[in-house]
Amino acid sequence: MGERGKDDAMKHRKTNLEPVAEKPESQDPMARPATTSPHKEARLGREVQARIGQQLRAMYNDVVNQGVPQHLADLVRRLSDQDQD
Amino acid sequence: MKLDPAIRDQVLATVPSLRAFAISLCGNIDRADDLVQETLLRALAHIDSFEPGTNMPAWLFTILRNLFRSEYRKRRREVEDAEGRYAETLKSHPEQTGRVEFEEFRTALAKLPADQREALILVGASGFSYDDAAAICGCAVGTIKSRVNRARTRLADLLAIDSVDDFGPDRATRAVLAGGGRN
Repeated sequence: MGERGKDDAMKHRKTNLEPVAEKPESQDPMARPATTSPHKEARLGREVQARIGQQLRAMYNDVVNQGVPQHLADLVRRLSDQDQD
Repeated sequence: MKLDPAIRDQVLATVPSLRAFAISLCGNIDRADDLVQETLLRALAHIDSFEPGTNMPAWLFTILRNLFRSEYRKRRREVEDAEGRYAETLKSHPEQTGRVEFEEFRTALAKLPADQREALILVGASGFSYDDAAAICGCAVGTIKSRVNRARTRLADLLAIDSVDDFGPDRATRAVLAGGGRN
């Protein structure tokens, strides 16, 4: 649900996400610095940063939400009950 | 003497995020779980060097990262096929993100230099402070800030660009793109 709408929005994300529209197509790709300069970074849209943060956490939390696998829980409990060195 | 249950519980509570971090390093859930297991073995064998009251997650993340750096990086070539395996581990992802967008994000993340990706994950996903992230990575706070900034900028660039040719001549990048089935 709402998936199609999101996909449609995706197709236009270049404009949506980068309202400051910086050149990507027109410029010689080799002229693009490997890492971007501070002033370019300052121009990063808040939207883009927010989106990146959201996706990063979604990806990460997907794993976190799997909890502790049984074999790892068993391992910790077993080692905890052993006499320490 | 047995381990203080409070300490044990702190270790257990950190396991889920340790796994998420390990997967972001290894790119593969089986190897990530091996890495987490080694980390737990190492940590519990040296639990005396943990100071109660200090940051347990930061302590465990540091051990995991050091293990990864010393052992797992030797097998770096395997990481190149991480893409497909990683996708398998993430079949169900949160609904707020469209699948296509999610895959694009993951592909873009895989293209970041390891140092930048690691810093971004620690600060942007694990929620560590810049100070803690710097301690975990054994570098200066300014270095972490710079890596995080460059990672964000690069990701923003990658996510805004669709043409393969814009990504530069890097071989691994092409492999990832080819394996990712885009275009």
